[in-house]
Amino acid sequence: MRKILLLIIVLITGLVFTGRLFYLQVYNTSFQARSESNAYKVMYDYPQRGYIFDRNQNLLVSNQPSYDVMVIPREVKDLDTLEFCNLLKIPKEKFKTILKKARVYSPRLPYTVVPQLTKEEYAYLSEKMRKYNGFYIRKQSLRDYQVDHSANVLGYIREVDERIVKKNPYYQNGENIGMQGIEKAYEEELRGVKGVKYIQKDRFNRDIGPYLEGSFDTLPQRGKDITLSIDASLQKYGEELFINKRGGIVAIEPKTGEILALITAPNYSPKLLVGRERSKNFSRMFYDSISRPLFDRGLSGEYPPGSPFKALTALIGLQENVVTAQEHIACHGSYNYGGRKPLGCHHHKSPLDLVGGIAQSCNTYFATVYRRAIEKYDTPQEGMNAWHDHLESFGLGMYSGHDMPSGRKGLVPDADYYNRYYRYPKYKWYATATISNSIGQGEVLMTPMQMANFTAAIANKGWYIKPHLIKHIDDQDTIPSEYTKKNYTTIQPEHFEPVIEGLFDVYNSGTAANLKVPGIEICGKTGTAENYTKINGVTTKLTDHSTFVAFAPKDDPKIAIAVFVENGYWGSRWAGKMASLMIEKYLKGTITRTDLESYVLNGNLEPEYAKPYSGIPFLINQ
Amino acid sequence: MSSITTSRFDWIIILLFLALVSIGWLNIYSASYVDNVESFFDFGNIYTKQLLFIVLSFLLIVFILAIDVKFYERFGSIIYIVSLVSLLGLFVFGKNVNGATSWYNFGAFGLQPSEFAKAATALAVAKYVSDIQTNMSLFKDQLRAFLIIALPALIIIPQPDPGSALIYAAFVFPLYREGMHYIYLLLGFFAAALFVGTLAIGVYWMVSLVLFIALILFIINRKKRPNKLKYLTIVLACLAFSFSVNYIFNNVFEQRHRDRFNIVLGKEVDAKGIGYNTNQSEIAIGSGGWFGKGWTEGTQTKGNFVPEQHTDYIFSTVGEEWGFLGSMLVVILFITLIIRILVLSERQKSQFARVYGYSVAAILFFHFFVNIGMVSGIFPTVGIPLPFFSYGGSGLWGFTILVFIFVRLDSGNYYYT
Repeated sequence: MRKILLLIIVLITGLVFTGRLFYLQVYNTSFQARSESNAYKVMYDYPQRGYIFDRNQNLLVSNQPSYDVMVIPREVKDLDTLEFCNLLKIPKEKFKTILKKARVYSPRLPYTVVPQLTKEEYAYLSEKMRKYNGFYIRKQSLRDYQVDHSANVLGYIREVDERIVKKNPYYQNGENIGMQGIEKAYEEELRGVKGVKYIQKDRFNRDIGPYLEGSFDTLPQRGKDITLSIDASLQKYGEELFINKRGGIVAIEPKTGEILALITAPNYSPKLLVGRERSKNFSRMFYDSISRPLFDRGLSGEYPPGSPFKALTALIGLQENVVTAQEHIACHGSYNYGGRKPLGCHHHKSPLDLVGGIAQSCNTYFATVYRRAIEKYDTPQEGMNAWHDHLESFGLGMYSGHDMPSGRKGLVPDADYYNRYYRYPKYKWYATATISNSIGQGEVLMTPMQMANFTAAIANKGWYIKPHLIKHIDDQDTIPSEYTKKNYTTIQPEHFEPVIEGLFDVYNSGTAANLKVPGIEICGKTGTAENYTKINGVTTKLTDHSTFVAFAPKDDPKIAIAVFVENGYWGSRWAGKMASLMIEKYLKGTITRTDLESYVLNGNLEPEYAKPYSGIPFLINQ
Repeated sequence: MSSITTSRFDWIIILLFLALVSIGWLNIYSASYVDNVESFFDFGNIYTKQLLFIVLSFLLIVFILAIDVKFYERFGSIIYIVSLVSLLGLFVFGKNVNGATSWYNFGAFGLQPSEFAKAATALAVAKYVSDIQTNMSLFKDQLRAFLIIALPALIIIPQPDPGSALIYAAFVFPLYREGMHYIYLLLGFFAAALFVGTLAIGVYWMVSLVLFIALILFIINRKKRPNKLKYLTIVLACLAFSFSVNYIFNNVFEQRHRDRFNIVLGKEVDAKGIGYNTNQSEIAIGSGGWFGKGWTEGTQTKGNFVPEQHTDYIFSTVGEEWGFLGSMLVVILFITLIIRILVLSERQKSQFARVYGYSVAAILFFHFFVNIGMVSGIFPTVGIPLPFFSYGGSGLWGFTILVFIFVRLDSGNYYYT
């Protein structure tokens, strides 16, 4: 024992060290990461974000330099706080809090004191900055909006938060990311790829030169410019028409599926979300739960479509062979299907054929056709599903597949929906239970985008291309193939002829006869959608929504449009007028009917919107 | 002087020595070089100086091997006394470096007598123990041997350099080998266990634990009618020790000493403050992986994250740049060297050479154990160098003398047969 004790201890020590070293170097890999995090820092070279153009190559968005006042707390020396605060125009208390936060964050690393100076402030401050040790001005690139419309289309960029950094390793704190609209949808194209430089650090976090002679460094790639299908002048005009009104317009070029205008109202200037006032402006709009300026009604507002839906009912009727274009159906002022209350209609001549039914928007006609189409099948369930499938082929009741990051599915009920609703088979339901669907009321919901899309499909006589905003991406010959592929509806092309005639007659002799545009053959359909809200828990009927869909010219459609005006009463009162002005603007470039134009421009529906919040009883549909 | 042929020297030790010194120098080079250096031969460079020390150590070796074997045994006591005097002289002529007065200053170079005192003490211990009149199983002789060992340690502690003094504990191994009762080793072990235990879990838990173990042992052995008085004495001694450790730790130790223990015991995790050295050293070693980052490619080493990296923390450079395989090579080289010296010691005909050899092995082992234990974070921070690796002339020469006197004695072993 005496001879071997030390020997044994030496060997045991050897084993212990082997184990320890194995644990440190091989088993536990966290040390590699910790070494990386303290031995070199990664510096990024940010490329310019891509520009955004409209379809006529008008520049919508470019970049501007921005200047932030930064501080490195350790280096602050002999600071005259009061003088400096006056220079920066911020209160002393606020300045002290910022400085404290900066120190807590890191005494050695830069921290933003005042973000996004204006150019004037920068010019003024840059000379005086030298006097203040530890403070300097950092240059950054910000969005520069050339227009004050299209905010909903363009979206905005903002600094990434903790959640995004965790989810997507590309982003680091302090970097920007597109958050809405095109900025989000084409983030990867627009942002480019940042360049990376590895800088070796010493223990004081000072740079001591490039890591491994810069062999891992990469160069930044510039963001790609993007051309949108938006027509900036049409977009601007549409937003002007919507001043003091709420709703949305979607205009599509039927042949290509390109979105010509995507308007939501109320809107805001994209410039509000740049600069020092950004967060103030953003919270104001974000918390405005009444007019909801950040909510894109064109994409996400789900409304009952109202009478424009009758065109689809007619098409399904023809396709299901339950009605012919020539058949006349009588209307006696209402459609009585045995319910408690008959489905009302308005005064018009009777009986009417299909073209007349559409032109006069006869409820009875379409209720009859709808009921026949459902009852053609053995069970109402089968009939409902057949009806549902036809509508789905128009892109309804599902995401439109457009390239904007927001949107809703709308609702096209099928048999399952009503089985659940009526608790089938305990209770049975029949075509008459769902009769309101025939005229675009009932359960059917659509976004203005979907309304514009089915209008385009009618204009094309049976097919549509998924609506999209992208027209061209720099250095790329094509846009995604889903935006060039034709989607065919389940309706035979020949059935579209009488329906289009009917839509044409709406302008000739029907509900929009006073909205004719000289020299342009327009097909359209008015709509008046009933709607309800809850006031103090009581369901209250509000003034009807005014809707309108149209396409023009009749024989070679260049624009399909859906207009939706919240609580605008009947279809041709607001939506129809706006649609005809938009079509004239797009096809002719100038407006001849200036009386009509100024009527719409000056129209104000705000009093209407204030009614439900007034707390006093009010009248609707005045 | 008798004719000695080189074939009688133990070439395994010499080759191990050369390997360790060269690997050590490569790492000092890596830990201390800067990119924009003017000239390799600038003696302001740490690695150039170390190269000079290595070259001078070769001269030293030739000198040591040329001296007659009998010289070391005969003059052991005198060398020891000279060494004690040189340590005492520090209190008068010493130069303060990093808070410790352990240097003589000769212009650009300094000498650290405590590095040479180890070899001198080993000679003195070997001489005393191998004396025909000494019997290591007698308490009187044990006391004298302890005195020989404790004197230099007691002089070194107040310099203050407790780390270097700790090394003298290594001498319990040769003494045990030469017949000292194992109870000293056990006492030392239990004292250490109580010490660490008290600090780790607190004095009251430790007292409870001791009482609990005593009770269990008493119940188990009660049939054998154990001596109750003896039992009580041991338990009380343990408790007294535990309380005194607690008292000494809190009232005698300085805060920096307390911090070092607390870090290793995992009581304080403060990566940026007092635990910085150990933490950075662990990161450096841990980032090496299997194969390391390559010589002079260590990011931690280049960024100077590990303080004292070319001296006490040189092993962290090995870990980072040479990886697990390189670190294992160094560990194996050290263990082979220590075992080789142990094995040769057992073969010595003269007791003097055997005791000396054992002392050398024990001292090397203590340095190796404490240093790598510290650098890899399993031992408290005790500032002692890694033999042959750490930068410094005194250290290198001290170890060279220590090892090559044994090589010389070992060659004499054959000579006498």
